[in-house]
Amino acid sequence: MCGIVGLFLKKEALRPQLGNMLTDMLITMTDRGPDSAGIAIYGDEAEGLKMTVQSDTPQTEFDGLDGALEAALGRKVTMKVVDTHAVLTIPDDAEDDARAFMKARGLRVMGVGSAMEIFKEIGLPKDVAARFGIRQMSGSHGIGHTRMATESAVTTMGAHPFSTGDDQCLVHNGSLSNHNQMRRVLTQKGFAPQTQNDTEVAACYISSRLAEGANLGEALEGTLDDLDGFFTFVVGTKNGFGVVRDPIACKPAVMAETEDYVAFGSEYRALANLPGIEAARVWEPEPATVYFWER
Amino acid sequence: MQTIDLATTPLRELNAALQAQAATTNQTEWLIENPKGAHAIAVGLDAPIEVTVNGPTGYYCAGMNKQATVHVKGSAGPGVAENMMSGTVVIDGDASQYAGATGHGGLLVIKGNASSRCGISMKGIDIVVYGNIGHMSAFMAQTGNLVVLGDAGANLGDSLYEARLFVRGSVKSLGSDCVEKEMRPEHIAILKDLLERSGADAKPEDFKRYGSARTLYNFHVDHAGEY
Amino acid sequence: MEKTPHTLPRESYTFSSAVNAEIRRAAATGIYDIRGAGTKRHLPHFDDLLFLGASMSRYPLEGYREKCDTSVTLGTRFAKKPIELKIPITIAGMSFGALSAPAKEALGRGATMAGTSTTTGDGGMTDEERGHSEKLVYQYLPSRYGMNPDDLRRADAIEVVIGQGAKPGGGGMLLGQKITQRVADMRNLPVGIDQRSACRHPDWTGPDDLEIKILELREITNWEKPIYIKVGGSRPYYDTALAVKAGADVVVLDGMQGGTAATQDVFIENVGLPTLACIRPAVQALQDLGMHRKVQLVVSGGIRSGADVAKALALGADAVSIGTAALIAIGELDPKWGAEYAALGTTADAYDDWHEGRDPAGITTQDPELMKRVDPEEAGRRLRNYLAVMTLETQTIARACGHNHVHNLEPEDLVALTMEAAAMAQVPLAGTNWIPGKTGL
Repeated sequence: MCGIVGLFLKKEALRPQLGNMLTDMLITMTDRGPDSAGIAIYGDEAEGLKMTVQSDTPQTEFDGLDGALEAALGRKVTMKVVDTHAVLTIPDDAEDDARAFMKARGLRVMGVGSAMEIFKEIGLPKDVAARFGIRQMSGSHGIGHTRMATESAVTTMGAHPFSTGDDQCLVHNGSLSNHNQMRRVLTQKGFAPQTQNDTEVAACYISSRLAEGANLGEALEGTLDDLDGFFTFVVGTKNGFGVVRDPIACKPAVMAETEDYVAFGSEYRALANLPGIEAARVWEPEPATVYFWER
Repeated sequence: MQTIDLATTPLRELNAALQAQAATTNQTEWLIENPKGAHAIAVGLDAPIEVTVNGPTGYYCAGMNKQATVHVKGSAGPGVAENMMSGTVVIDGDASQYAGATGHGGLLVIKGNASSRCGISMKGIDIVVYGNIGHMSAFMAQTGNLVVLGDAGANLGDSLYEARLFVRGSVKSLGSDCVEKEMRPEHIAILKDLLERSGADAKPEDFKRYGSARTLYNFHVDHAGEY
Repeated sequence: MEKTPHTLPRESYTFSSAVNAEIRRAAATGIYDIRGAGTKRHLPHFDDLLFLGASMSRYPLEGYREKCDTSVTLGTRFAKKPIELKIPITIAGMSFGALSAPAKEALGRGATMAGTSTTTGDGGMTDEERGHSEKLVYQYLPSRYGMNPDDLRRADAIEVVIGQGAKPGGGGMLLGQKITQRVADMRNLPVGIDQRSACRHPDWTGPDDLEIKILELREITNWEKPIYIKVGGSRPYYDTALAVKAGADVVVLDGMQGGTAATQDVFIENVGLPTLACIRPAVQALQDLGMHRKVQLVVSGGIRSGADVAKALALGADAVSIGTAALIAIGELDPKWGAEYAALGTTADAYDDWHEGRDPAGITTQDPELMKRVDPEEAGRRLRNYLAVMTLETQTIARACGHNHVHNLEPEDLVALTMEAAAMAQVPLAGTNWIPGKTGL
């Protein structure tokens, strides 16, 4: 049960504004999700892969982490520390080794991608956004989420967005009713969710379908047949973002499009302060209909 | 004209001021600035005042309205005019889900489109939508009239009771126990009156009427699949 | 020649006469069995708990002389006007329509005399029940039958009903017999048709939306009325936590023994959590959020005596609510109508066709002749007496455990007779320090 915001910029000149705009949108959705907040930002493409990791004891864990990883990989690594998160840039082919390295150190990998960075923590959205300096971040598109936990724990790993594939992320408002069964199916296929959260199952489902060769539209279509319960999903990829609501569609969703951007909010309040919103095309996404924007 | 700016006035103060108006008030016109999608604006009113909201509203604008006229110059969020008893609510833009839900009376006019579940469980309210309405509209609607100048989404009038549904455009699909019915002179008269009162430019003769087939009024095993 | 001995006729446990009768009934009618009342199966219940009482290590209070307070205030979190009750026992929501007008009046009279509240039901508020209930909780239900802002404002509290113990997750279907002209007028329905009730509210879904609905209800009632959230026992930890997050003042938790006017038997008997198993997870959720005693917890479903009240309070509830027991107190299921129950093919204590409107006791009916059998004043006095007995019993136990307020009863005052009850109530098996799943032997 939650609030979702999403922003996909069509106008290059707005890129430096992305974090600022998304932060304002996120904070308006605090009432819908006071437990935790998270954001996925698709920023500048790195030379290599960006791996976002999290630690509850960043001062000790991140001290010298880049050097240690460099030594382990035998390759050049850079690191940017942001509060409890660190974004490490690693060579394209080093993801598996780097994941194993992080696992051995007890660090949590939040997401990996050439453009995507993920920041999420327990707490009010305004505090989470401030801790990570989201306002200062630039990028092409981003997705944010405020969480009111239903059945799984209020933890950092239980916060959204969930990333289960490179440059992929997913946020969810609703409650799935067949996620336990789907978790077993996905685990057999090699896409095991790491948490007990129903949303991560949906993220893994999308990743599994993409891995099988489906495009994102097909994967989102698949959620309508294979996932039971109530959902509005907003999904990010390197080049775009997509939206789908379940056929009953009783969780709220509103979208706006101008020449400059496409925006998503659980409520209109999230969109109310966007530039040019008065003249935007504003509509509610239809049930059981996949929407997708790609650059 | 009293003006209240929601950018500087708390919601509680706004509603308390509006709710304090009596039938004999001479402060009949109110303007609300900067709604910005806020929830529960102008709810629980019970006086013949005219409230204009200058911009989009969030959930439950004009909820449980009695007597008042509330005019939203923008779009309305979920549950606009829910459980309205009397009075008039006009939305210049689109309305989100559940518009006019469980309304017992009054007139709700939506000049744009209405989303899903428009008129759900309506109990006497009249709703006129200039544009289209979404799926599951008039679900379990009991009494009152729903007039749609545009198209209706899937499962219109599912499990309908005695509400009358008038649609000028197409209907994607009818819900369980909802059927097209003959448009008789009394229905033309009802429709003509509603179109006039809501300022809608349409001819009653262009509409089709839908209502309950009443096959679910008393359970029978032959209809078990419809539940 | 000697006859060969036969085995005795042996009825199958699996295909018992009751099971076979139901198969034949279903085959004949094509409709599931709909009935009133709560679950009839055996469940672990408060009977499986005992109080330890005081002896050497604890000192008891003197009965009747040393004060043992029973007052409770509901709605202290946000509401400007919390409800103050003299006893921790309230009357649960039961609709006019399901019950006759004299029965509703009797509940109001009895509760008012006892210093507690009554609750409306699915069908709106009648003038009679408002007039006879000093404190009246107004249920806000998915159907919104008879829902209007004037009644909302003349209520003393608002109970947003998400579910009930007899059917968590279910809507309802009240068969046509009881939809008389007055009931139909209140519900905007044609006379005599089946009333189908929705299982979700028409204009919100989920706790994030509920928070906004609560805002609207508070704005319409000047932030005066306590907002209760009623849930059926299913996932009490999460449901309680989410009710708190959505902004509730009070959580009402109804276990599966809770009654109903009319629901599918399959639902009543197979869905939900026993009341005994509901309380500790709900209290845990409140404690985890730092809200125990700040957001009050009212427990219902199968409460019959002061012992049950004391046990519910000891497990962490702030108050209990009674429905079926209150109806019995005002005359429901009375053996004096035995011949008439027999004519309906049942017995006084087994009668559960509350939806058919032929209740000989005149309580679960709209038949004008039958309802004359309820004298609201006399029945009201009976309810007052019964509530007084329950309260005295609760105090008796609390004093014996050394408490000067019934709210000071605690889980450590209890032991369990069975392993099931020990596990569900999270108290030790009698004579041991073993709480299954919690502590070692």
